[in-house]
Amino acid sequence: MSAKPSSGGVIVGVDVGGTFTDIFALDEAAGRVSIGKTPSTKPDQSVGFMRGLGEQTERLSDIAAVVHGTTVGTNALLERRGARTGLITTRGFRDVLEMRRRDRPTTWGLWGMYEPIIPRDRRLEVTERVLADGSVLEPVRLEEVEAAARALLEMGCDSVAIAFVNAYANAENEAAAAAAVRALWPNPHVTAATEILPEIREFERVSTAALNAYLQPPVASYLSRLEAALAEQDAQARVLIVQSNGGLMTVENARAAPVRTALSGPAAGVTAAAHIAEKAGFPNVITCDMGGTSFDVSLIADGRPSLSAQTSVDFGLRIRAPMIEIETIGAGGGSIASVDAGGLLQVGPESAGSDPGPAAYRRGGDRPTVTDANILMGRINADQPIGGVLEKLDLAAAEAAIARDVGEPLGLDPLAAAEAIVQVANAKMAGAIRLISIERGHDPKSFVAMPFGGGGALHACALVKEVGLRGALAPRYPGVTSALGCVIADMRHDYVRTVNSALADFGEDAMRGAIEADASEGERLIAQSGARIEATERRVSFDMLYAGQTHAVTAELPSDAPITREAMRAAFESAYRDAYGRLLEGAPVLVAAMRVAVIGRRPKFDLALLAPDGAASVDAARLGERPVWIDGAWRTAEIYDRLALPVGARVPGPAVLEQPDATIFVEPDMVGEVDAFGNLLITPGAR
Amino acid sequence: MTAQQLDPVTLSVLKGRLEQIADEMDATLFRAAFNPIIAEAHDASHGLYHKETGETLAQGKSGLPIFVGVMAFAVRLVIETAKARGEGFSPDDVYIFNDSYEGGTHFSDFKLVRPYFRDGELFCFLASVGHWRDVGGATPGNYNPSATERLQEAVQIPPVKIVRDGVLQHDIVEILKANSRLPVSLYGDLHGQLGALELGVKRLDALLDAYGDETVSEAMTALRRRGEMMMRAELSALPDGSVSCLDYLDNDGIDDAPLPIALELTVSGDALTLDFSRSADACRGPVNISRSTAEAAVYVALKHYFPQVPANAGVMAPVKVVIAKGSILDATAPRPVGGYTETILRLIDVVHQALAQIAPERANGCAYGTINALSIAGRRSTGPDAGQPWVMFSFFGGGHGGHPRGDGLNHGNAPISMATIPPLEILEAAYPIRFTQWALRDDSGGAGRHRGGLGAVYEIELLEEHADVFLFGERGKHPPAGVVGGDGGARNRFFFPDPRTGAPASPPMVSKMTGVQLKKGQRVRLETPGGGGFGRAEERAPAAVARDAALGFVSRETAREAYRVVLGEDFTVDEGATRRLREGAAS
Repeated sequence: MSAKPSSGGVIVGVDVGGTFTDIFALDEAAGRVSIGKTPSTKPDQSVGFMRGLGEQTERLSDIAAVVHGTTVGTNALLERRGARTGLITTRGFRDVLEMRRRDRPTTWGLWGMYEPIIPRDRRLEVTERVLADGSVLEPVRLEEVEAAARALLEMGCDSVAIAFVNAYANAENEAAAAAAVRALWPNPHVTAATEILPEIREFERVSTAALNAYLQPPVASYLSRLEAALAEQDAQARVLIVQSNGGLMTVENARAAPVRTALSGPAAGVTAAAHIAEKAGFPNVITCDMGGTSFDVSLIADGRPSLSAQTSVDFGLRIRAPMIEIETIGAGGGSIASVDAGGLLQVGPESAGSDPGPAAYRRGGDRPTVTDANILMGRINADQPIGGVLEKLDLAAAEAAIARDVGEPLGLDPLAAAEAIVQVANAKMAGAIRLISIERGHDPKSFVAMPFGGGGALHACALVKEVGLRGALAPRYPGVTSALGCVIADMRHDYVRTVNSALADFGEDAMRGAIEADASEGERLIAQSGARIEATERRVSFDMLYAGQTHAVTAELPSDAPITREAMRAAFESAYRDAYGRLLEGAPVLVAAMRVAVIGRRPKFDLALLAPDGAASVDAARLGERPVWIDGAWRTAEIYDRLALPVGARVPGPAVLEQPDATIFVEPDMVGEVDAFGNLLITPGAR
Repeated sequence: MTAQQLDPVTLSVLKGRLEQIADEMDATLFRAAFNPIIAEAHDASHGLYHKETGETLAQGKSGLPIFVGVMAFAVRLVIETAKARGEGFSPDDVYIFNDSYEGGTHFSDFKLVRPYFRDGELFCFLASVGHWRDVGGATPGNYNPSATERLQEAVQIPPVKIVRDGVLQHDIVEILKANSRLPVSLYGDLHGQLGALELGVKRLDALLDAYGDETVSEAMTALRRRGEMMMRAELSALPDGSVSCLDYLDNDGIDDAPLPIALELTVSGDALTLDFSRSADACRGPVNISRSTAEAAVYVALKHYFPQVPANAGVMAPVKVVIAKGSILDATAPRPVGGYTETILRLIDVVHQALAQIAPERANGCAYGTINALSIAGRRSTGPDAGQPWVMFSFFGGGHGGHPRGDGLNHGNAPISMATIPPLEILEAAYPIRFTQWALRDDSGGAGRHRGGLGAVYEIELLEEHADVFLFGERGKHPPAGVVGGDGGARNRFFFPDPRTGAPASPPMVSKMTGVQLKKGQRVRLETPGGGGFGRAEERAPAAVARDAALGFVSRETAREAYRVVLGEDFTVDEGATRRLREGAAS
């Protein structure tokens, strides 16, 4: 790996999604960006990856760094195609993984089912026990550990997780067992749970470790294929991987901790959104990613994406690691509209997805979807579908499906029915936005919506009005937001330790030592990555609560604050007041956990590179006009080639802006304006 | 149906907005609550209720399911109490009470009801309910299996104004605190609930400002009507007929006699009658439930069967519930009701067993049917907290029933709750105990074409010098039933060291026990029931039985006796012997 600064080279962001592989290439020296899309390849994503790379750069040897948002891990989890994995655990506790936290998938209905990723016969117990205070009740019997590892190999396991009870308090037994397994295991796919997550809560830890082991073989082999393919082309580029927390890590880190890539792609998109919006003057953003089956929203406050401590990929598949918080609801372009037995119009969660897709696709789907409604209302151009897969959309099929399944049952004509479908879908999406903004104490008036994905910008105006947002900011290339995010993402490593101590008894010196140890480990990994780093930042926060409560609030210390009990109390009270509007005077405060994040700031490029060139004009961008159904009537909307609009162009609604990978609808009482970076800012306002 | 003034889109939107208000109230209390029963187990609920009838207009989706039905009764009690006292409502009052006879559930549940005014007129009620951790009575935590009247269970609070004209009544708060072993927890939870109600007022203000009082009011009426239409549509799809079903509670904790819960269920067109007349009479021990609780339990049972029907009063309009006066399902003061969860779980079981006879294609075997409230309490003997009391308290899980799609869920939560269990590491860090086993219970799922889910084994060792153990459970004598020919799951079992010999012993009431004394190093062991099976066991694919046996989920004996599958040494199916055995069984 070269330690040369990469300032002269090309940096390429590659986001491999389910349908397309998106490329965003930045040549800083030449001041040039190029973007591209190529179909993703299955089962080996590296084929499409290399093809996309080749299309966007003349010589692969010019590439200094490839930054990659990957769905290899996500897909392996969702499709249950991970490795054959085994588990070695404390005697008496092999079923913890299968027992979960004693839950069920849905509140109503008792038809739950669950298949753990490691079945019981591959979960083996060994003699060892550590107590909650960290004392060793029984040392680990290494001969039992070795026998268990051999038995798992005999059962054909490719990877193994080792997770012992209370190892968060003392990892001695677990570490000894891991060393013994590594000494005989034929490959590097051995996960010791506390190496991934040294935090209290056995199910969350064993689940995270098991999923990590499950992903190690497929993710490692994918990354190896990718590196081999790059080497074959003489590309000296270093490869960095986007983690679920939006930060980057090296390929070596990704091989050891693939579970951290579970939300790699979406995290890159949110990272890009935060940067684009901040440059445009909007530090508070709600990202709205509308795909075929779902609508994903996330919140960025003061330029920082909000993170959640854990997520479930599916029922019982729990990953506990900091990741971009994404709220997902079943309202995408393919969401199906129907009328229930009570006569109420429903949109989603059932979805036609992209295959068979909306009725208008004529690919076997005959049920009306949100996309069909948008087509019927003239908001989507049936003659020029986005994405470049279909040549034409069938308007008559969309109308027939809407009339049959929604219009007739509700006694509405097809256009009114289409409008109803879009309104109900908008209401659901608005609900998701309220959930992450108003319900968390944020004032929507200070946020803009940033739509990406193909369909988000069709609904952005309606969401702005419904929730009372400041406006919508459509990035210039909404279809490659995640790839752009790869290029600008920072390096990041997160650490957590369980504390479980009263604030009053809190050992400041020991804690400073622990923070220093974690932070310098993160700084070492960042320094070793070879990536260009402008500055390194440490963030220290504590999960704290009043004695007697069970839910903690995370209180971040100001970056210049010393680690003292006083500073911690001040941070806690500020966070608690934000969350609940009141303090409980006199109640003792507990410290549950300590979190350290180390961030290596990578240089950002000038987003003005994305802006349209000076020769553009509004007149040249105008494509014509067409009728669009708005508020129960046909209105004439101007149609524009979005990418041809110049900086400063004002587009009053109603208008439809078309570009190859997205459609933007500006409602009548709103106006769009192209900013200096090529973004379109849409705000309610005077015409 | 009649033409509505309100367009379907606005209605759809308002339905979502009203539910969101209640959901947000739930979420606020869960985060702010001081006690894990609310914060972790979500034993709480919030909603909007009709200004005259108290009927549910909208209710949160994340609270305890049983409250969805019961809160309407709680609001009605406040309306009737105010009327009887001749006192009017005013906008800045909040009522509080824990009456369980008119208001439902048990005395641990504190119900707060706030009249909501709009332009000087009552518009609706907002209410909040939460399970407080200790409110007096004879045992810490209020699960007293030997209570024979209500005052042994908890302090009694009739509907009184805890907030009057916007001012918190500190004298009442002091009375409440003085009657609790955990006054700080109580105080924190009270504030959490008041905060949730304040939030509800704020959100409802905003909604009415945006849509107008008239429109929201119309939407509430229309949603109720639609709830009724959906329920009638579901009932119409069932074949007409009458079926009956009988199940039992083990005992009431005082007299060791089985208590029948009997149901005659009749579907007639789009109406449903549930007649519980032949159930046991009210009993001495704490497993009585009030009529309002019983009706709420019926609602929960039906909603599990018809998950898509909404959470409002319309759903119960086509449903008639018949309960005899003086029944175990018609508790009146001063009958003890602390163990109400066990009785409603049994009531849900009989409704599901009866519906399985009418509509087997949407049936589920019974779930494990007991909350198993286990507490271990003592005093610290050493360390900085020496002399301080500690109480480990939790509910434990079991198997769910098999169903048409597959085997029942292993180690699920009770159908009346969405509570998760605390991590064992959290329990070990907080209390002087350690788990020696936390495992699925082998051979506990009821045999069936789709097997019942497995119950669990929890074995706990005491690390302190002395402690007392309390257990409130059920299904120790009568197993969770299978449906459509499936077998029952394993019964609940509890073992403690015999005081004289130290050998494992079981309580005389099987799973109800107070004051078992434990010494350092001694263990108690709880083995919870599995779920009932779905379909006949002989119809289960032999390969699936072999897989279960290889994993230890099913023993070789059960494979042979219940499933009629003969397995070789290496858990492969002996095809020939299996065929002969199954043919023999069929003839």
